[in-house]
Amino acid sequence: MTLLITVISAVASTIIWYFNENRDKYKLGTLSLIYWGASLMWLMDFVFEYAELKAEYFVQEFADILNDSLLGVAVVTLGLVVWVVILLFKDPKDVFKKKFSNK
Amino acid sequence: MACFVVPTAEAVVVTVAYFAAKKAEKKITAPEHSGETRLELNEAGITWSKRLSWLMGLLWGGVILLAFEHFWHGEIVPFPPFLSAMSSPEDTAEMLHEMATVGVSMALTVTAVWGLICAFAQLKIKKIKAADKA
Repeated sequence: MTLLITVISAVASTIIWYFNENRDKYKLGTLSLIYWGASLMWLMDFVFEYAELKAEYFVQEFADILNDSLLGVAVVTLGLVVWVVILLFKDPKDVFKKKFSNK
Repeated sequence: MACFVVPTAEAVVVTVAYFAAKKAEKKITAPEHSGETRLELNEAGITWSKRLSWLMGLLWGGVILLAFEHFWHGEIVPFPPFLSAMSSPEDTAEMLHEMATVGVSMALTVTAVWGLICAFAQLKIKKIKAADKA
């Protein structure tokens, strides 16, 4: 579920990056790369686990699915937090400059 | 267990290479225009600092989120030795095996996908340049 939620986030952020004219200004590419990087790494994790467990991998307890889903949501949130921190640090709209400048 | 350590090591190396490339490109290019939002290009295509910034994004993004997942599962702890797998020799051996298999595969996959992204971008630029000339 974590992999699935992260891939969905990666696809969604890529679509937003593609259709938004301000993609560079708002660092939308960075958000997309964060999710794709994590998706690729979890994909490899999945490949190794699937090779070991085969079809049993998909037989999971409800509690495990819930825990994995919660982790997926938490991971997506963390990705957004990282992106917001980068955005505030880069300050593309000069919000801090305007706010704290004496001129 | 600690598979993300391998991509972390790669991310550190790539970050160093990125800053070195950026420094080298600044020496040979004209002063930057403020507010430039277009893709950074040189005569041969996309600059190496731009290419490496994509790899950095993929690696650091993945590493941060994977480190969080390991923290969630109790595999990273906020006190030494920081990795719970290092508490016993058996677990440490298993951790090293996972790093050598899953960790290396993660790093190779991300790097391979980055290579494909660079090739795709280069191809697109070639096509656009050819269309502009025609």
